Amino acid sequence: MKAFTVHKGLVAGIDRANVDTDMIIPKQFLKSIKRSGFGPNLFDELRYLDEGKPGQDCSDRPLNKDFILNQPRYKGASVLLTRDNFGCGSSREHAPWAMEDYGFRAVIGPSFADIFFNNCFKIGLLPVVLKGSIVDRLFSEVEENEGYELTVDLPRQVVVTPSGEEFLFDVDEFGKGCLLEGLDEIGLTLNDLDTIRAYEAAREKDTPWLFGAIK
Amino acid sequence: MAGKTLYDKLWDAHLVKQRGDGSALIYIDRHILHEVTSPQAFEGLRIAGRKPWRLDMNVATPDHNISTDSVERAAGVDGIPDETSRIQVKTLDDNCEYFGIREFGMNEMGQGIVHVMGPELGASLPGMTVVCGDSHTATHGAFACLAHGIGTSEVEHVLATQCLVTKKMKNMLIVVDGVLGNGVTPKDVVLAIIGEIGTAGGTGCAIEFAGQVFRDMSIEGRMTVCNMAIEAGARVGMVAVDDQTIEYFEGRKFAPTGEVWDQAVAYWETLQSDTDAVFDTVVALKGEDILPQVTWGTSPEMVLPVTGVIPRSEDETDPAKKQGIEQALRYMGLKGGTPITEIPVDRVFIGSCTNSRIEDMRAAAKVAKGRKVSGSVKQVLVVPGSQMVKAQAEAEGLDKIFIEAGMDWREPGCSMCLAMNADKLGSGEHCASTSNRNFEGRQGNGGRTHLVSPAMAAAAAIAGHIIDVRTFDETYVGESA
Repeated sequence: MKAFTVHKGLVAGIDRANVDTDMIIPKQFLKSIKRSGFGPNLFDELRYLDEGKPGQDCSDRPLNKDFILNQPRYKGASVLLTRDNFGCGSSREHAPWAMEDYGFRAVIGPSFADIFFNNCFKIGLLPVVLKGSIVDRLFSEVEENEGYELTVDLPRQVVVTPSGEEFLFDVDEFGKGCLLEGLDEIGLTLNDLDTIRAYEAAREKDTPWLFGAIK
Repeated sequence: MAGKTLYDKLWDAHLVKQRGDGSALIYIDRHILHEVTSPQAFEGLRIAGRKPWRLDMNVATPDHNISTDSVERAAGVDGIPDETSRIQVKTLDDNCEYFGIREFGMNEMGQGIVHVMGPELGASLPGMTVVCGDSHTATHGAFACLAHGIGTSEVEHVLATQCLVTKKMKNMLIVVDGVLGNGVTPKDVVLAIIGEIGTAGGTGCAIEFAGQVFRDMSIEGRMTVCNMAIEAGARVGMVAVDDQTIEYFEGRKFAPTGEVWDQAVAYWETLQSDTDAVFDTVVALKGEDILPQVTWGTSPEMVLPVTGVIPRSEDETDPAKKQGIEQALRYMGLKGGTPITEIPVDRVFIGSCTNSRIEDMRAAAKVAKGRKVSGSVKQVLVVPGSQMVKAQAEAEGLDKIFIEAGMDWREPGCSMCLAMNADKLGSGEHCASTSNRNFEGRQGNGGRTHLVSPAMAAAAAIAGHIIDVRTFDETYVGESA
């Protein structure tokens, strides 16, 4: 996993609540058995006027000019500003994969759906929760100022605006640690191998029906 | 000290290690795998040279993008017409064989939608922790499992360590007391709950559903309710164990027998919240107030009783909600102020992990019996949730009822719930669907989904538009929940 420390980047905003994972990456692209290459199909149905197909070259597809990420001023955006309940719906990790593959490193919003939020930490995409009133302000500032950039500073847990204003955000200690180091969580868990084995042995004794039934 | 909730008990029983940083390792008793969210996890294991921690906790089956057409299906995996889908299903077969994981192959008895096959095989049992790379895993909470959806990185983590890194959620109690009226089903109950608390109402929570309505509800009905906990924002939805729960599992393929069965039952009987348990949030609804539900918009919270009228954006004062209504009405091609029963229906889908069990098939067949699909309806897909549901339905003659009514009786799979295979809506088409999500494009690019119960879906198929199943036919008596 890519480590995340401090990232400064161009901000684009998707101004609607309840953006679901079907919107972020439509189902036909979930047929891929790879972890990468989803970026060209991020927000496929909002971004293009035709129906996208897996494996297709997207460079000559008709673009929906009204969609925010197709506007020239947001080209190269790497921080996504969102509204409430972003990432609701399915558990597909393909959603954060697609955002990361497109070039996003952080996503800022007033609230996120649980599974999406959790998945982001596993792949090096930082979800940041800020108060609704702050997000409202950021949306206006982004719209009013072409080239608007934010700095997302994970060690200090702040989002810094171009004028130097800072907004603190909460992040869970474990998730923060993994992102800062770009850690392999499996390796970390396997450090507790003996604890897991001891738990398992006790459980096998107490609840024998859980073990060995599926062959 | 206050008593424990059901969730607290399940959490405590599976806690391997509480870490200093607030995270915890919990032990996973069952891991269910399917073709869509597992290939990258297996690849991760191979790259790192890791093996599954143990094999007997895993069970796999293909469901999401297999064909439901009987001719295509009979041709086996090689007969899957779409190349990318075929590769994905083959990849699951190959990975299960390579790593030694028990798989119910595409045409094998036992195969089905993960959340239908797990319980019916007794692969998931009360009191277990169950995970799957699928957000509807909460289904297994219907029999007091701590069950939730996980992402692909977590699928790999569970395969490698049999543990999940997680944090304890908050406790939420949803009580529905009283009794349901005729024609009101578990699907209507859960849609009414989502309408009440919203699609983010349960975020960060494990929901326990309690009250007379759930006590009276069958285990399959409870699965329908818990299945859609995620549509209320909650990863976990649960119902406590009662006599019905224990009866449901007796004799199932992977359920214990003899003395071990008695030992298991003794444990399962403890799986209720203590009477003095404290919940962070409590929501109460009355069963009598719930009517058959229909979604009109593009989020499951955009739901109304069938007697309702589609909202007008001009009546909404909150600017965000107003924008949401406008966006939804534009996508759905509907006008505010239109009665719900005037929504036309082009296609009907009866199936999905929410509503494809035998009771759902029976409820739909009861409405369809002796009737014909409206000439204005292009297609009605009836897709049983598993090979076992299909066999049972055929033994009861339900397939014939559907076929005589002009409906398509299909092979088991996820089908048009998410349209990864050929079963999909055309742009602009309205669908009365027993699935769980009415998101934009979910059932096909430009498709317009109206979530309903199986009985309501069958009635819509006959009428050609949304119709109140309670008044559809004077002689119709709804299945009691």
